[in-house]
Amino acid sequence: MLSVKDAPLDDLVISGARVLDPAEGVDAVVDVRVDGGTITALGAQLERNGHRVLDGDGLILAPAFVDPHVHLRTPGREDEETIASGTAAAAAGGYCAILAMPNTEPVVDSAAVLGSLIETARAEAEVPVGFLAAITRAQEGRELTEMGELADAGAAGFTDDGRPVVAPGLMRRALQYSAITGRKLAVHCEEPTLSRGGHMHEGVVSAELGIGGWPSVAESVMVERDLVLAEYESRPLHLMHLSARESVDALRRALSAGVAVTAEATPHHLVLTDDAVRSLDPNTKMNPPLGSDADRAALIDALRDGTITCVATDHAPHARHEKEVPFEEAPFGVTGLETAFAALFTHLVEPGLLPLATLLERMSAGPARAYGLDVPRIAVGAPANLVLLDPNAAWKVDAKDFRSRSVNSWLLGKTLRGRVKATVAAGRLVFG
Amino acid sequence: MAEITLMRDDLRPPKEPPKRHLISIEDLTRDDVERLLATARNFERSLEREVKKLPTLRGRTVVNLFYESSTRTSSSFELAAKRLSADTMTLKSSGSSVDKGESLKDTALTLGAYDPDVIVIRHPHIGAPELVARVTDAHVVNAGDGKHQHPTQALLDLYTIRGELGQLDGLHVAIVGDVLHSRVARSNIQALVLMGARVTLVGPPALIPRGIEAMGCELSHDIRTIESADVVYVLRMQRERMEEGANFVPSLREYAARWGVTPARLRPGQKVMHPGPMNRGVEIDPQVADDQDALIVTQVRAGLVVRMAVLYDLLTQGPVAVEAAVPLEVA
Repeated sequence: MLSVKDAPLDDLVISGARVLDPAEGVDAVVDVRVDGGTITALGAQLERNGHRVLDGDGLILAPAFVDPHVHLRTPGREDEETIASGTAAAAAGGYCAILAMPNTEPVVDSAAVLGSLIETARAEAEVPVGFLAAITRAQEGRELTEMGELADAGAAGFTDDGRPVVAPGLMRRALQYSAITGRKLAVHCEEPTLSRGGHMHEGVVSAELGIGGWPSVAESVMVERDLVLAEYESRPLHLMHLSARESVDALRRALSAGVAVTAEATPHHLVLTDDAVRSLDPNTKMNPPLGSDADRAALIDALRDGTITCVATDHAPHARHEKEVPFEEAPFGVTGLETAFAALFTHLVEPGLLPLATLLERMSAGPARAYGLDVPRIAVGAPANLVLLDPNAAWKVDAKDFRSRSVNSWLLGKTLRGRVKATVAAGRLVFG
Repeated sequence: MAEITLMRDDLRPPKEPPKRHLISIEDLTRDDVERLLATARNFERSLEREVKKLPTLRGRTVVNLFYESSTRTSSSFELAAKRLSADTMTLKSSGSSVDKGESLKDTALTLGAYDPDVIVIRHPHIGAPELVARVTDAHVVNAGDGKHQHPTQALLDLYTIRGELGQLDGLHVAIVGDVLHSRVARSNIQALVLMGARVTLVGPPALIPRGIEAMGCELSHDIRTIESADVVYVLRMQRERMEEGANFVPSLREYAARWGVTPARLRPGQKVMHPGPMNRGVEIDPQVADDQDALIVTQVRAGLVVRMAVLYDLLTQGPVAVEAAVPLEVA
C-alpha cells in the first residue's frame, strides 16, 4: 500500500542514544546497527563495521513517525506541494510513512489517477507514501467510487476528506462495501447546514470578532451518525481530525460499546484554541476550526488515555498569496509535517500534559495500526524506521527552512523545543 | 498555550516607532475616548463659524478605500478631511482594479506608493485594516470591517448620546435587532461598556450570537425589555447578509411584529438611535424614525466632527491639549 523511490538501503550505527520504543517496551541507552536497511543488532558498544555512525549521545532514538493525514496537492496544485517536496518535508519531520488525501484536482477516484500517483511516488517519494482514494466520485457525495478496483490498484484507504459524506444512506453503502475492499474508511465529520458560513469555532471569540461561527455540534452530530452506522454495519471506521469535546464523548461511548473505531487529532487542535484567532492570522484558520479550552482539554485527555490513538498533521499547504488575505477570505488549512513533533513536545510533553512515550506511540504505532500498516519497531530483524530526536534543542521556526513548498504554518517565528536530528525511513537515511 | 503574535505587534518593522491606527474600540482607553470626544466638540464649535474650513491638515493626504457601499461613512470621512484642508481621494472597489481581481494587498501597496498619511478602509471582511496597516506606512482608520468593528460609528454614537443626555456613565442602552451581523453593535457594546453604560441586547435568538454576553452586556429576546432603557439603539435588519434558507427569523413581517420599534413600545422621552440606512416599517416604525426623540440626523452630524477628530488625533503626535491646539488660524 506504500510506495517509495527505489534507492540503495543504508548501513548505519546509531551510537549512544536513549532507545525508546514504547510498543516494544524498550527504554535503554544502547547502540543500534542497521545493515542494508534492516536493524541487525541492539547492544552496548556495537562494532561499527565501517558503517556511517550517527552520534546519539544525549539524544532519543524512537520508531519513526507515521502521519495518517497529509495533503500532497498532487495532481493539480504542484505549486503548493509535490510528492517530492511533501515527502522531503515528512523526512525532516521524522516520518517514515505518510498517507496522502485524495482531494486533489482531479480527485483520486479512479485507478488511472491512483496508478499515476503511485508511479510518481516510486520515482520521487523520499519516504513511503500511501494514497487514499475517494469514497464518492469527484467527492460529490452521490455515487461510490469503484472501491474494489481502487483497493486492488493500491489505495491505502478511502475518504472524502475535506468534505463529509452528507447522505446517511450513501455513508451506509460505503461502510457495507468496505467489507469488500478490506481498507479503512476514514471520515471528515461536518454537517454542512450547521457549519455553513462558519470561519471559526462558535463561541465567545467569534461573537466578539463577528466572524461567522462554526458550532462544535457541526462535527459531533456527524461523528454520532457515523458511529451509529458503523456499529449497525459492524464495520471499522476512522474519524479524522477531531476537534470537539462532544465528538470525544461520542467516541468514548462507541469504544465502550465495542465499535471498531479509531481517531486522530492534530497538533494545532492539541495546542491552540480559538483564542489564537484573535490574531486574525489566516494561519489560525483550519477545518475543523480551533476549539475552546474545554475542547482542547478533552482532546489531550483522549490522546493520553488512548481514546484517540493517532496524531495526524492534516498538513495542508496553501500558496502564499492565498493566505495573504483577510481571515474570512483565506482557505482553511495549515502545514504541519516539519513541526509536529516539536510543537507537541514543547506544548504537551514539557508542560507535563502528555508523557513523551505516549506522544511517540501516538505518532507512530497508533496511526500505523489504524490503517493496518506495519508498525515501526526498534527490534532486530525489523526494517529500519527510526527517528533521532534532540529533546534539548531550541529552534526558531523559519519559513526559509521548510522543505515543503508552502509556508502556511501557525508556528512561524515561534521558538520550539525538541528537534528531529535524523530520520531513517524504510532502511534509508532520508534526513540528517 | 502557544503564544501567537498578534498581527498588530507586527505592523511595523522592529526599528520604526509604532504607527497609530484606529482599528477597534478595543484599542482605545477611556482617556483616548474622552480626548477624541473633546476634540470633536471643539470642531463642532469651529463649524458654527461662517467659514468652516480649518487649515489644520493642509498638505496631508487622506485616502478613502471603500470595498462596500456607503453613504454616511464615506461622505463624512471625505468632508471631514476637506474641512481640515487635507487632500482627499475616494476609491471604490467597483470601477477600480479590484474589479479585475486585484488583491487587497496589491491595492494597498499601490495606494501606499503615494505616501498617504491616512488610509480609511471599509471592507466586507475582518482583518482588512490590519493587512493595509502591515503593507503601507499610513495611519489606518477602520470604517467598517465585516461584522467586526466600526469604531468611528461607536464614537459618534457616544458623542450623540452625551450631547443629548449629558452623560454616558450609568446610562442604560438597549441595542435592538440583528446583533449577529452587526459591526455597529460590537463597536457600540465595547464603547458603551468602556464608558460605564449598561447595555442590553434585544433580538431574536438566532441573531444574538452565542457567547456575546462575555463582552459585558445583558441579553433578552423580549422587546418589552427596551422600556427601561434610556436609549433604544435600533440596528438595521441586514437583509443583504441574510443567505437564502438561513432562517434566522421566519420572515421580516414576523420580525417587525415581534421586534420592530414602534411608538407603542416606547416611553415618552426615550431617545431612539439608528446607524442607517433604515428599513422603515421593519426594524423601526416610520413614526418613531421621524419623532423628535429620534437622534438619527444628530448622529449623522456628529459623524462629521468625530471623524475630523479622529483624523486630527492620528496625525498629531499622541495625546494633545486639544483646547489649545485645535482652532488654529481659523479664518
